[in-house]
Amino acid sequence: MSYERTIWEKIADNLRSRSMWMLHYCTGCGAVELPPSMTSRFDMERLGMGPMATPRQADIFLITGYLSVKTLRRVIYTYEQMPDPKYVVGFGSCTINGGIYYDSYATINRVDYYIPVDLYIAGCMPRPEAIFEAFTELMRMIRKGEAIGWKKYKENYEWYKQNQLKSLGEVYVHDEFHE
Amino acid sequence: MTIFKVAAVLLTGFFVGLTLEGIARKIIARVQRRYGPPWYQNFIDVFKALSKHGFSHGWIFDFGVLMALGGVIATLSFVPLGNLVAFPGLDNVFVVLYLFAVGALGMAMGMVGSGNPNASIGVARALTQMLGYEVPYLVSLAAIIFYYKTSSISNLMNLQADSWNLFKMPIGAAVAFISLMGMLGKKPFDTPIAPAEIASGPMVELSSKYMGLLMLMHTFSIFVEISLFVDIFLGGGSYLVFLLKFTVVWIIATLISAVLPRFRIEQVVKFYWRVPLGLAFLQAFFVLIGWVF
Repeated sequence: MSYERTIWEKIADNLRSRSMWMLHYCTGCGAVELPPSMTSRFDMERLGMGPMATPRQADIFLITGYLSVKTLRRVIYTYEQMPDPKYVVGFGSCTINGGIYYDSYATINRVDYYIPVDLYIAGCMPRPEAIFEAFTELMRMIRKGEAIGWKKYKENYEWYKQNQLKSLGEVYVHDEFHE
Repeated sequence: MTIFKVAAVLLTGFFVGLTLEGIARKIIARVQRRYGPPWYQNFIDVFKALSKHGFSHGWIFDFGVLMALGGVIATLSFVPLGNLVAFPGLDNVFVVLYLFAVGALGMAMGMVGSGNPNASIGVARALTQMLGYEVPYLVSLAAIIFYYKTSSISNLMNLQADSWNLFKMPIGAAVAFISLMGMLGKKPFDTPIAPAEIASGPMVELSSKYMGLLMLMHTFSIFVEISLFVDIFLGGGSYLVFLLKFTVVWIIATLISAVLPRFRIEQVVKFYWRVPLGLAFLQAFFVLIGWVF
């Protein structure tokens, strides 16, 4: 699936692929592979990528590991707070099919039902080499205009919302930070 | 003629400022034995941020961001860059200091208008830190103004033709440089935007265009702060000599910040009001009794 882009959108997509600020949602074990990717050995910053503190500033959203029912609500909140050309990367097998936690009572097996994932990285956990392979692929997809999860989420909002409600009951978070 | 000069000053601020920020990222990367981003990375970052579709948080937020950028641009046009002076006769220390507050207050107002508690904490820290570095900076500046009997930046620059203030008043120059590190928000004094503690402080709710405009505002304010230091302490000269001195000061500040951890906010104020303020009064005393080299 591909969309027509104007020349300005093509230029903007080129810029977006060269400057990806990431927000990492470190629920599972996957976060442990990010520090070596960011620091001296592999040096993520040479691709223009860097960690950002809040969802408002971020472009790509890393879901590093399995999601439980409780954390999925936070993930949906965070995803909807990000500004619009936004890309989701699923880290590791857990985001694809539940990984080794597939038969747990509280684990979300397929993240793709709830928010649109642009790219998965298979592995348990993926090594930094695999992460870089994925990021260069994501850069290519953004340049070609193939990373369109954010448009899909807008067009199929009812479908995603229905899946979210089916699994979670309600999406609202009830704790001291959100009320 | 004035409008071309203002345009030249602003374009210098934009291109040189963003290039030097990219070079600073490269230098920090090399200090950490990384390869680092390309030197034009900050241009990509700014234009990418401007190309996104973001969120507003009410008209106070919008107005605050514009006021911050506008205030700093207005300040920059009054700062002489070597022999490039946009408003000759108006380039006064006090004009620059007063106009500079417009940008800072605009940012404070806009960011508090976003309603996020982290932004309020960041702004409170930024204003507290300002209280810390402004006092020693202004005492050391007052000593210079008293010594030369003028507060025009161009005159101060030309009066250093025989010897730079850096050598005439070394203690005052050291105080001003420490205060400059605080103004730039460089490493030991980056308490207001601590990303790991308060989620990058004032910038916490900034998305897309707002982020891009605030990055430009940051670039321009860096340009104003370092230009003031270079003009007042490192003598005059042509436009290119000025840019050379500017680059050297910026690289030294970057190298110092690359190896230091972060102060807590009360440590910042205690430090500024103990060491640099004491040294600034010492320098003022030396100027009063005529001990100037």
